[in-house]
This record gives sequence, structure tokens and C-alpha cells, in this order.
Amino acid sequence: MASPRTTSPRATRDPNTPVTNLVLLKLLVSARLRSQLAYRGSFLSDVAGQVLLGLTEFVELYAIVHNVSTFGGMTLAQTLLVFGLASVAFALGDLLLGETDSMSETIRSGKLEVLLVRPLPVLLQLATSDFQLRRVGRLIFALAALAAALLLTDIDWDPAKMVLAIITPIAGAAIFCALFLGAGAMQFWILDGRQFANAFTYGGRYVASMPGAALFFPIQIFFTFVIPATLVAYAPSLVILGLDGPAGIPAWTGWLGLPAAVVLGGLMLLLWRAAIKKYTGAGG
Amino acid sequence: MRAYWELAKSSFRRHSTYRTAAVAGAFTNSVFGLIRASLLLSAITTAGGAIGGYSAMEAATYVWLGQALLAPLGLFGNTELAGRVKSGDIAVDLSRSVNLTASYWAQDLGRAAFDVLPRGLPPLIVGALVTGLAMPGTPGPYLLGFVSILAAISLNFLGFFAINLLSFWVLEIRGFWMLYMVLMNLLSGFLVPVTWFPDWLFDFARATPFPSMLQTPVDILAGRTDGAESLAMVCLQFLWLAVLLVVVQVMVRFGSRKLVVQGG
Repeated sequence: MASPRTTSPRATRDPNTPVTNLVLLKLLVSARLRSQLAYRGSFLSDVAGQVLLGLTEFVELYAIVHNVSTFGGMTLAQTLLVFGLASVAFALGDLLLGETDSMSETIRSGKLEVLLVRPLPVLLQLATSDFQLRRVGRLIFALAALAAALLLTDIDWDPAKMVLAIITPIAGAAIFCALFLGAGAMQFWILDGRQFANAFTYGGRYVASMPGAALFFPIQIFFTFVIPATLVAYAPSLVILGLDGPAGIPAWTGWLGLPAAVVLGGLMLLLWRAAIKKYTGAGG
Repeated sequence: MRAYWELAKSSFRRHSTYRTAAVAGAFTNSVFGLIRASLLLSAITTAGGAIGGYSAMEAATYVWLGQALLAPLGLFGNTELAGRVKSGDIAVDLSRSVNLTASYWAQDLGRAAFDVLPRGLPPLIVGALVTGLAMPGTPGPYLLGFVSILAAISLNFLGFFAINLLSFWVLEIRGFWMLYMVLMNLLSGFLVPVTWFPDWLFDFARATPFPSMLQTPVDILAGRTDGAESLAMVCLQFLWLAVLLVVVQVMVRFGSRKLVVQGG
């Protein structure tokens, strides 16, 4: 005779075994997802808003490009490739760690203390506890833009380019994750400095989605070798499309995305750990 | 009237305490200005001369004035009112002996008055150093520009206020907020002047109040339009101001009837 309890999958877990991080994580994420889907109308309007956001970001680029034959040495379809790659990378980074952008709010409201007392890494909780499903809307649009760009551009594929095309969105997402992480860590020191970080996170997104050759030379250097925003999409696109880069972003930098992501990610993780160590509660 | 003046003054003081935020905002607006200016200038160089009636120098001026006015004009808005509806604090606001809209409006003007110098001046200085600015030499554009800026601050305030007021009807305004931000950012000419748009989008933008919220004061200040044209643009701003004011008043009237605040 089966009792109703055993039909529930959760009841099959022995209540005496210790709860592992993985179980907790699954629990947190699924609870989060269900709560977001609960208000269907609100959720759908959020997703629609995110799709529209992606669309206007493209119109913003189109409003410039349709006036000229080439923009920063690229045709409309080629700029769409840069835009698509950058959008996919940003959407992924935003989905995972976009929450650290409002770290000062988390600190001010005392939410951070709640996260600190839980037996899970803070970063993991931030990434999952506010896993904003609506941000998927942005990813959907980004993927559509990328697909359109791949269809419209004339690419002479070879194995190396294929490898680059596959690692580029992943490396780009990692770069944006690192930038968001740095933005969050920075707010432990400068509580009112959220907008300061925006210059690198959202400024980075803006730069990443535009042809780098259209930037002033010092800006090219800064957003390639200090904040690796052009390495997210523009530099790899140069390699994939077989184009020469401008003086500040030579085509060989197209392969620097992954190493840059690893280095920047490592540095920002160190900064994040220092920030968490530095944090002293306000007695909440 | 005295009450609103005091509200505006206290809002000015309130915002003047967040100095780090002002410095951070000015820094970020300057960085974005450098990016935007280089993109527009690159396109103009490729086109060979001018796009949408903007020469290289005029486009640069457009970018820097826009970056400088961004914060004072209140293009990012705030969700303070919606938050107070959620928490129930709105009941306190509504029982005050001042008009709800006017009291928030006065506070927004106070905020804008503070934001002008610390957030507006740095991008202009960076712009003057990097690309140079083409500013008019006669007082007319500045006088009319001042009126236009006041009108644009009020338009932005009323637009965001209307979105906030939706919280009387819906639980979560985030979706509407997002939609509004996205449309406003694009159609106000904040990212690219509306005259650069393809025709269909240009016509659509002109049918909305959004260009009056940013592009109008920027163009008037830069002296791109002659006296009569500028005056007509300011009149259009006031027309939109009247429309939005009516919308907001109707929303406040019907919304506050519907509002239920739990507990006491």
C-alpha cells in the first residue's frame, strides 16, 4: 500500500542525511523560478520588455549605420554579427551575475547578512537567489540577432574560425560576469559608487556591441587592453570575417577573449573575496 | 506655494548629501560621452560632411550637451512613489494638505537644481577639451534654452510619475517601467538624434512627447534652430506638458479612489 507521501519525489530523500549544497541550490533555484512564473501577466510583460530592450539596442545601431555605407569599416550585416555576439555574451553575463550591479542596495538593506549566514557561498546565492528568468527575453533576442547575422554575412569558414565562433560567446559571457563581479565588489568600498561601475559594465556592453574601429584611438586601447570590451565581439568578428582591425585593436586580438576572461575573472574573484572579508555588518 | 518651495529646497539639500553618487554619475556620463561622440563622429567622417543636419562639431556638441543634461532632466526617473504605494506610506502622502503631484514635482525640481552643476559641468568640460563645443554667442538660445530645460524636467517628471501611478492598479510596475524607459531612451534622441532615424521611425518619434524631453532643449541650447523655430518647439513642449498633466491628474483622482491601504 503506497502512502501519498512516497509519491512525492522530495519525500524519498531520507530526512536524516545532511543537506548538500547541490540540493539546497536546486531548491533555491526552483523556488525562485516558480515564484517568478506565478504572476504570469507580470512575467510575460517583463519578458516582452526585455525583448524590446534588445530590439531598441539594435535600432540604436541601425539608426547610425543606415546613414552610411560602412560603419567603422563594417557593413550592416557585419555590424549585426558584432551586435549579436556581444548581446549573447551580455545576456548570459547579466542572467548569471547582473544582480551584483545593485550590490549597494543589498548591503544597505541588510540582505547581505542574510546571505552571509547561510551555508552557501555568497556568490552562488547571488547568482541563483535572484536568477531573473525574464532576462531570458534578452537572450532570445540576442540569439535571433546572431543567427540572422550568420545567415547574412559571407563567412569563409575554416575549423579555427568555427572554434573561435563557439568560444567567443562563452568567453564574452565570462568577461561580463567578471565586470559585474568587479562592479559588485567595488560597491563595498564606495557605497554610492554604483554609477561609477556602470561606466565599465554598461559602458562595456555599449562598446562591445559597436564596431571598435569607430572609437577614438585612446578609447580603443582602454576598452581592449584595460577593460576587454572589444574582445567580447568585435575583435573575434574581425578574425571570423577576415578583416583588418584599427591601430588600437589589431586582428590578432581576436584570440585574446578567452585568456582575457580568465585573467580578469581571476582578478575580480580576488577583489570579491577581499570585499566580502572587508565587510563588517551594521548589526542587522 | 510656500510649502512647495520648502519641499524643493529640502530636496536640493537631500540630494546634495550624496556627493560620491554625483561624482560617480559625472564620471560615467563623461565616459559614455566619449563613446557616443566617437561613434557619431566616425559615422559623419565616413558619410563625408553631415548626417541628419548635424556636422561633426554639431554632433559632438549634441552628445556633450545631452550627457550634461541627462541627470538634471531626470531621464532615469525613480520609483519612489510606487514604493510608497507598495509599503502603504502613500496614505500619509495623500492625507497631507499639499497636492500629491505638485509636492513630488517640487521635489523633482529641487533635485534637478542640485544636479545641474556637479553632474552637468564635468561632461561639458571633457567635451570642450576632447572635441570642442559649438555654442551660440548670443543670449537668445540660452534664455529660451533655460525655459525649455524647465519644461523638459517637468515632462520627464510627469512621464515617470504616470508610470509610478500605475501602481495604484497593478502589483508590479517593473514591466511598464522597462517599456517606458526603452521607448523614451530611443525616441527622446538620447542615443542618436531623431533626425538620424529612418523616416518611419522619425515620424513615429515626432508624434510622441519624447523628443521634447531631451532633444528639444539640447537643440535650442546649441543654437541649431532660429528664434521662431525654437519658440515653436517650446510651445510644443508646453502642449505636451498640458496633456501629461491632465493624464496624471485623472490617474491620481481615479487611482486614489481605488487605493486600499491595509492596516493603519
